[in-house]
Amino acid sequence: MDRQQIAERLAEHGYIAGPDLAMALWLTDLLGRPLLLEGEAGVGKTETAKALAAAHGTKLIRLQCYEGLDASAALYEWNYQRQLLSIKARETSGQDAKEIERSIFSEEYLLERPLLAAIRQDMPPVLLIDEVDRADEEFEALLLEVLADFQVSIPEFGTVTARSIPRVILTSNGTRELSDALRRRCLYHYVDYPSEDQETRILLARVPGIAVTLANQIARFVALVRKEDLKKTPGVAESIDWAVSLVGMGITRIDASSETLLDSLMCLIKTREDQGNFSREVAERLIGKVA
Amino acid sequence: MNRDELQTLLQTPHAAGVAFVRRVVGFMRNLRDNSIAVGLGEARDALNVAGALDLSRPGQLRAAWKPLLASRREEAQRFDTLFDAYWLRRGVKSAGRPASAMPGAGTAKRSPWLAPMPEGLAAIADSVSRASADQAQPADRSRLERGGASKAESLARTDFRHLDNPDDLAALDELVESLALSLRRQLERRRKAARKGEQLDLRRMLHASIPHGGEPIEIYRKRARRRPLRPVLVLDASGSMSQYSAIFLRFMLALLKRLPEGEGYLFHTRLVEIGPVLRERRRVKALERLSLLAEGWGGGTRIGECLATFVKHHAHRALRGRSILFILSDGYDTGEPAVLGKAMQALAKRARRIIWLNPLLGWQGYQPVAGGMAAALPHVDLFAPAHNLQSLAALAPHLARA
Repeated sequence: MDRQQIAERLAEHGYIAGPDLAMALWLTDLLGRPLLLEGEAGVGKTETAKALAAAHGTKLIRLQCYEGLDASAALYEWNYQRQLLSIKARETSGQDAKEIERSIFSEEYLLERPLLAAIRQDMPPVLLIDEVDRADEEFEALLLEVLADFQVSIPEFGTVTARSIPRVILTSNGTRELSDALRRRCLYHYVDYPSEDQETRILLARVPGIAVTLANQIARFVALVRKEDLKKTPGVAESIDWAVSLVGMGITRIDASSETLLDSLMCLIKTREDQGNFSREVAERLIGKVA
Repeated sequence: MNRDELQTLLQTPHAAGVAFVRRVVGFMRNLRDNSIAVGLGEARDALNVAGALDLSRPGQLRAAWKPLLASRREEAQRFDTLFDAYWLRRGVKSAGRPASAMPGAGTAKRSPWLAPMPEGLAAIADSVSRASADQAQPADRSRLERGGASKAESLARTDFRHLDNPDDLAALDELVESLALSLRRQLERRRKAARKGEQLDLRRMLHASIPHGGEPIEIYRKRARRRPLRPVLVLDASGSMSQYSAIFLRFMLALLKRLPEGEGYLFHTRLVEIGPVLRERRRVKALERLSLLAEGWGGGTRIGECLATFVKHHAHRALRGRSILFILSDGYDTGEPAVLGKAMQALAKRARRIIWLNPLLGWQGYQPVAGGMAAALPHVDLFAPAHNLQSLAALAPHLARA
């Protein structure tokens, strides 16, 4: 698949990728390196992975990162309760201790976590490591090891090598600076807010029954809102929500019925402070500009 | 290095000719000179990518190399200019090689603001350049840790304003460093104290139970490891703080050197991050960056605006659950107190604790009634004096507690 095809396939699944992102995705396939996506919340980083999985017709395996995430939640864990039960059950069977040990450390008692699951698929899946900046630095080291060799060694069990190499997408909101080693390992793409034209296409692809004029007006309005000094700048997800609600209310032009429109702005403006600052006058001024 | 790189790259088979490989090696060197770290692996991948693309369209090559060679947003933003300058000879002047390529002479010529660098800063520039030497001599540490001789005792009570001769400053340096060390020690002790866990460590228990035929006799526990707090320091370097700011900058640098996970900022008329200065290992570059800090040093204060900038651009990254925010300022704000109040409110939501160190609090009869200070106080967890070493040392128990 070349870049053009990737962009088209993503578009078929409702994801409009810019040329730069399509290039980055093409490179991940060519070089077999993970792709690190950075950007503000709500610009569609996670969606990229979902759409990519859909475009390739494979599974999406997601690892959501959080502070304190460790190997037992990311790689594998033994099912201790079952193991204990099994030991108890065999106590009187007179089986050899070695034999019991071999059986309780077998595949049956292994709980796969996302990273291990991703390398044990028959078809290469898309592995999404979401918000990697939330995990601790120690976890990054673990991740680097897995991403470099695509194998996991389990002391009681042996080394599990990859059946297929997953396409790896990492996302980060920039709440913590990632280590240079991880950055070096990955391809990098900064996901910016979409241009007006791009956002119009996104709305047309994602919101059923939306008219071109309305999509275009919404894209222009949201672009203006993003320039205002807000605490939470609305992302693409917010503008889709807003568009859905406008279509649901039967509004076809945003400069037509201002009262219901202003009420629906809570889809875009999501903190109390911003709602206070984003007054009627501001909204009306922006609507005037769009119309 | 360059020749080696060329040799290695030539050994790997690819379609492009030798001349092209040579140019690519040159480009990699150019990127490194412009502080974009690329290694041999990247160079090899860059060649592979080029082999799969139509080389007659440089725009395509640029778009393909960008995600590969740039690894953060700031680098990605500069990449296009660097690429155009090297491959297309466009805008060569603005994107030339940096000053570090011309050692020594370059900095003096390039930085007209280097000359009026304030006295305090010059001294700190000196201490920054010594930083690497310090780390190489662990023997120094034991001397620093002993700290409290009688001379030091009296020093500890001297107001920072009256510390001026070089010997005193050197002694102060040691004391500040030992204070930073003692802070570090306290933080570490907290980490070790976590012994009794509230959760069973089933993995270890199961292993231990094998010799007993599966009977879990020995109990092991585990508990989330505690981490030290991250200090984030914001220093006011305006005119009204001029007698203290050089000392505080020393305090800040010493503290951050010992606690590398912390961060430091400085504001006068605008806000500057000082982390890059500390992390810069090359002396010439560190000096250059320091001189950038000196712009606006001792100017008027707009605490409110500067803190608002901090909230907007840095706080979401710098302040996390484990962050403890230090503001070192006298609270004399020439801007609107309401702006400061709002910024402080936002900061209070993000930081675990806010400690405001005000040197004026050590003066007799000082009351925090100045507009800005009064607006900030409701959001401050600890409002403490910081006019001498004793007052700084008194902070230690507060730090260990949180």
